[in-house]
Amino acid sequence: MRRAAAAACAVALTVTACSSSKVIAAGGSSSSTSSALGGTITVFAAASLTEAFTSLGHAFETAHPGTHVTFDFGASSALALQINQGATADVFASAAPKNMQQVITAGGATTSSDFATNVMEIAVPPANPAHIASVADLARSGVKVALCQPQVPCGSTAAQVFANARVSVHPVTLEQDVKATLTKVELGEVDAGVVYVTDVRAAGTKVRGVPIAAAVNASTAYPIAALTHTRNSALAQAFVGFVLSAAGRAVLLADGFQAP
Amino acid sequence: MPVLIAAPAAIGFVFLALPLFALLVRAPWRGLRGVLTGHAPLTALRLSLECATTAAAISVVLGVPLAWVLARVRAPGIGLLRALVLLPLVVPPVVGGVALLEALGRRGVVGRYLDSWFGVTLPFTTSGVIVAETFVAMPFLVISVEGALRAADRDLEEAAATLGASRTTVFRRVTLPLVAPSVAAGAVLCWARALGEFGATITFAGNYPGTTQTMPLAVYNALETDPQSAVALSLVLLAVAVVVLAALRDRWLRTGWNA
Repeated sequence: MRRAAAAACAVALTVTACSSSKVIAAGGSSSSTSSALGGTITVFAAASLTEAFTSLGHAFETAHPGTHVTFDFGASSALALQINQGATADVFASAAPKNMQQVITAGGATTSSDFATNVMEIAVPPANPAHIASVADLARSGVKVALCQPQVPCGSTAAQVFANARVSVHPVTLEQDVKATLTKVELGEVDAGVVYVTDVRAAGTKVRGVPIAAAVNASTAYPIAALTHTRNSALAQAFVGFVLSAAGRAVLLADGFQAP
Repeated sequence: MPVLIAAPAAIGFVFLALPLFALLVRAPWRGLRGVLTGHAPLTALRLSLECATTAAAISVVLGVPLAWVLARVRAPGIGLLRALVLLPLVVPPVVGGVALLEALGRRGVVGRYLDSWFGVTLPFTTSGVIVAETFVAMPFLVISVEGALRAADRDLEEAAATLGASRTTVFRRVTLPLVAPSVAAGAVLCWARALGEFGATITFAGNYPGTTQTMPLAVYNALETDPQSAVALSLVLLAVAVVVLAALRDRWLRTGWNA
């Protein structure tokens, strides 16, 4: 019994020593190969990236065993604020250049790269009770529309769509991020919501999408950056590189994003 | 005072007081009037005051009789009834908002009939804000009044009854005046709670300036667009809270007892 316990201890100590030496190697080396990467990073990403980045996170962890990627999804404007206030984050992926610029100006990042583009779509409940067929229908009186707050990327991009279409839409609610807007549509509380095409696709059968004509649609560019105050620079850069790679691009395109 | 008491007490006080002091220190005192008299903050303030007052009024009208039932009626299941009535006190407000959506939303258990029979929808309306605020705030009034009713002197009511007063007259002329201080204290607490409600409001009623964006929601939005404005609005709510507490003084600590 005692011998078994001693053996177990020895094994445990060896395993711990091995994994900790792997972490030391990852933290210390500047040119890390995939086998030397380790540790955890926290990625702050726009709410619209929920499904795509969750898949990318799993793919990245599979390609680099021993690493762990955690996500904090939310409105890009809220995330930028949190980063500037000192939140612990290693990577920031924003749904608009404006919010990335807020972080760069405050010194949280130095450069960023665009990795995707997204366009808007109207989401309606499956039965489409208000018979929405175009952007102009959103301006009809009696139609309840949910939009994102104007400082959130999906809100400002929707405003551009309305400007392009020359309609004046009065929403009944301004939600915190695109997923909250989508939820109001899924719950049937509103007749329509203006969200990204990727969100309509991700919601599956819970909502129906009404496309916006390309002539009036607006797009937003998604920049990504490793943050200056990251605790694991090598892993952060590696993840950014993975998102920008062909493999990362394939996942994003499959979810409905467009090339940057 | 032994150190074992003084030290934790001091830490506890600093923990509670520090954020409030920080708010006072960081407030934009110079530009305060400009920030607070802008259109958006004034709209949010007016909406908040109107909704909180209406919610408190509804809570008094419905809550006092409810408290009377809980305090005076002896029947099996009263304990369960009390637990249900007090549930909104314990449940996270956003959960309350979700529950209200399921009950009174456009597809809700009752809401669907409100919509199809009467064309009435509560989400995204000011009435929806009042419903959400009443839901979370009424239990405060019920607790306060129930405690007072339990402690009230029944002899006075019995004396009135033997003198020929009907049950309604006893309630109106004897019971209510007896518990009036607790009703007032409960109503003030209820009003303050309604004023500060966030989770249920934003979930059930939505967020739109002028209709449903109350002060707490305005603060939340301002954090992303204009942090100075958020601090200034927070100061207003803080000032209201201080006034409420000062008005209640130690009555707040003795919710069950009349003066």
